[in-house]
Amino acid sequence: MIPELGHFALILALCLAIAQSVFGLIGAYRRQPEWMAVARPAVAGQFVFVALAFGCLAASFVANDFSVSYVALNSNSALPTFYRVAAVWGAHEGSLLLWILVLATWSLAVAALSRSLPDTFIARVLGVLGVISTGFMTFTLATSNPFTRLLPPALDGNDLNPLLQDFALAVHPPILYTGYVGFAVAFSFACAAMLEGRLDQAWARWTRPWTIVAWMFLTIGIALGSWWAYYELGWGGWWFWDPVENASFMPWLAGTALIHSLAVTEKRGLFRSWTLLLAIFAFSLSLLGTFLVRSGVLISVHAFATDPARGVFVLTFLTMCIGGALSLYAWRAPKLGSSAGFELWSRESFLLFNNVLLVIAAALILLGTLYPLFIDGLDLGKISVGPPYFRAVFLVPMLPLLALAGVGMHASWKRARLGGLKRPLLVGLVVAFALALASALWFFGRVTVLATVGLTAGLWIIYSALREPISRLRKRQSLSAAVLGMSIAHFGVGVFTIGVAGVEAYKIEKDVALRPGQSVNIAGYDFAFRELRNVEGPNYSAIEGEFEVTRNGLLVRVLQPQKRVYRVQTMPMTEAAITVGWTRDLFVALGDQLGNDAWSVRIQYKPLIRYVWLGALFMAFGGLVAATDRRYRSVRVTEPLPAGSTARDAA
Amino acid sequence: MSRYVLPLGGLAVLVVFLFFGLHREPSAIPSPLIGKPAPQFALPSVGDPARQVTNATYRGRMYVLNVWGTWCVGCREEHTALLAISRTNVVPVVGLNWKDDRPLAIQWLNELGNPYVECGFDADGRVAIDWGVYGAPETFLIDANGVVIHKHIAPLTEEIWQRDFLPRIRAAGGSPQ
Amino acid sequence: MKAWCATVVLLLVASGAFGIDSGDDFADPILQARYERLIHDLRCLVCQNESIADSNAGLAADLRREVREMLRAGKSDAQILSFMTDRYGDFVLFRPPFVARTWVLWLAPALLLGVGAWIAVRIVRQRDRLARADADDSDLDSGPA
Repeated sequence: MIPELGHFALILALCLAIAQSVFGLIGAYRRQPEWMAVARPAVAGQFVFVALAFGCLAASFVANDFSVSYVALNSNSALPTFYRVAAVWGAHEGSLLLWILVLATWSLAVAALSRSLPDTFIARVLGVLGVISTGFMTFTLATSNPFTRLLPPALDGNDLNPLLQDFALAVHPPILYTGYVGFAVAFSFACAAMLEGRLDQAWARWTRPWTIVAWMFLTIGIALGSWWAYYELGWGGWWFWDPVENASFMPWLAGTALIHSLAVTEKRGLFRSWTLLLAIFAFSLSLLGTFLVRSGVLISVHAFATDPARGVFVLTFLTMCIGGALSLYAWRAPKLGSSAGFELWSRESFLLFNNVLLVIAAALILLGTLYPLFIDGLDLGKISVGPPYFRAVFLVPMLPLLALAGVGMHASWKRARLGGLKRPLLVGLVVAFALALASALWFFGRVTVLATVGLTAGLWIIYSALREPISRLRKRQSLSAAVLGMSIAHFGVGVFTIGVAGVEAYKIEKDVALRPGQSVNIAGYDFAFRELRNVEGPNYSAIEGEFEVTRNGLLVRVLQPQKRVYRVQTMPMTEAAITVGWTRDLFVALGDQLGNDAWSVRIQYKPLIRYVWLGALFMAFGGLVAATDRRYRSVRVTEPLPAGSTARDAA
Repeated sequence: MSRYVLPLGGLAVLVVFLFFGLHREPSAIPSPLIGKPAPQFALPSVGDPARQVTNATYRGRMYVLNVWGTWCVGCREEHTALLAISRTNVVPVVGLNWKDDRPLAIQWLNELGNPYVECGFDADGRVAIDWGVYGAPETFLIDANGVVIHKHIAPLTEEIWQRDFLPRIRAAGGSPQ
Repeated sequence: MKAWCATVVLLLVASGAFGIDSGDDFADPILQARYERLIHDLRCLVCQNESIADSNAGLAADLRREVREMLRAGKSDAQILSFMTDRYGDFVLFRPPFVARTWVLWLAPALLLGVGAWIAVRIVRQRDRLARADADDSDLDSGPA
């Protein structure tokens, strides 16, 4: 009964989404208030029914209803309840429903929080969101229905893939989707503006907070994915340049460029057609990512079960959506010129360089990810493009970007006026370099070019990012949320860079063969293999190794890596044991059993790796702070500057 | 005006490639050995370690090399078909037992039937690497000149044998031993 | 200075891990570095998207062994990589070769950077001209937006 209820709710939601699109878009076109007025309630109704459908699916999982095919394939009665709920989005059909739910939630938020926007505009925004919802719901109902019954019902389920039986499954996909899908809002704002034929600074001010919040969720989502892969996959890597990872990173790069470009459009009405294009690109890359993950076109650890028929559907929808938006762009963009100017060294030019570099980075990743497909399609054979390529190539736009960021933060509009800052920044650079060299030598005993460059850049950006807020607080000047947010986000970039430089340059990874009783010394830490024992978990059996980690004779931690075999799927899984610290992680994983009682053990020393994710969190937090800036909340057309503020203050 | 249409053009190109990509198999790797001389090997036989199995024996003759292991599910699947194919006596079927347990392999052949005229035991996987094997079962067709003319990855069926192997055997002038 | 020396020595010693027979380490750090680079550049064909360094598959272990033996035999990196591509094709290389069909791939960074720079310079020049032409422009606020 409940699955049918869920199915029916989804169909109702589809009808409401269609109503939302039709009445919203046509109502705005014909300027009919009664039609436009349908959009908001349609959004609310759509949300209710989508939530209901999702709830029904979740209920089926929790109740172990194995007469539902999707539940039977992805769950098991021995699966702890927590994972039963998370398993809802563990495979293709359910994750699509999550996608739809997230989109419905964003649409609801837009409908609720934009009372002050002109009616035709908001009707168009909701209309475009409705079109996207319609597309995804049609796709789900037609090719990927999570509610199809399995008759006769299975006696028990196939169990959730052991790799997914982890806390991170509960948080990574929802947060990632919130970010990914959130760019649909910026996309809809862009389409609405193009349909209206009007794009001004007010539009940029409306679009910015939505974009920043979506970007914030995407940042956290990607960081969570990286952290999860690190401890779950047993290899200790934190980024693999896997096609699916790239599929989430490209929208992030485009989104970052978009946030910066919106700044220029909001402040000076410049870069309007470029900002439009970026808003289209960011969501297009999200859609492309959705396609890549589910179509079987690329090989990936993350790919969902593949089916070319589904791939054709998504591709068609993608083409219509993006093609439609780009056609609007080709039509409207030529009229969006402006005659405002800015000097060679100005905030605008720094933001222009920022955008160029970010877009180049995204383009390079796109090229690398799709290149094997191009070569295969042209019958030129099969090649692989893997981490060695991406790592080398990504640095090309990134290093200049870091260099520019440290300075650009302080540039003024129209004319940079960096005179007074040249010396402090230069001194900061020299100090950063000295600190970088010194710490590399002191802590790690050796210096590499990339590590030094990375550490220097990171330290310098941190210094540069903190200058403005600290000087303002010292002088008791006001500090707007926008300035503070920006500083925190750039501070995060610096922290991230330090983390990456540290871990990539100085990590030590060793595969050793050990028998209980033996020990090995890595990076100054002694890893003593004490014993091996069997343990039982709720739905798995495991062999557990006990390792005593000491340094200079003092106990650091006892680590217990496991080799699990889940009872239903009989897939062996490595559960690494990690001890976390401010300066380093120590990572131990059991490999295969060798002869003679020996086991192959992977031990890793990962200096500064926590800063990779900490940096990302700071970036996201900065975004959150920036999005709460007062100017996004008030409705007034013009805001007089508060008395006594200097030229630098006004956001 | 023209430059504003560029993104649309780019999208079109991308979509075309993605569409054709949907009907390809990204993980099916063609063998670089096709058209090249087969790698030479000399291995102890599975049944009798004193006996040698080498492809020098087949100089001047076409033969089929089948890579298998008792640990491989797909090999179990293709075993019946392989038995039927070897009974037709069109070309000799030589086995390559890849990184397996010798007693288990012998037991397997005894219990399920032995489709191989002889079968080499590749204990450390070196010969398999030379042949570019990455996932059992794999089946190679080698012509009388010792050149690899076809490779099939995944379980062999009689249908595939008739569709892919027999025409090539006939074309190369292969005949029953 | 002493601490630095001690750390250096410690690290060099630490890189020679003990155990029964890891077989993973070369006495010569240069060989070790080459080994690590090579195994990260080669794809494990059994596991999706892993290098033979990361993969737990049997084939990956076998291929790592081959790389080790070839390094000990004094083969060059190019020889080792062509050993692999002769048997498995270019697909086994995670770092695509620089040949005609991958020129676009490898030259893209420089090309894109060049195009991007050209576009950026053009725009900045044009806007700079406009800015100077605006003789009586008001002093706009600076600061972030």
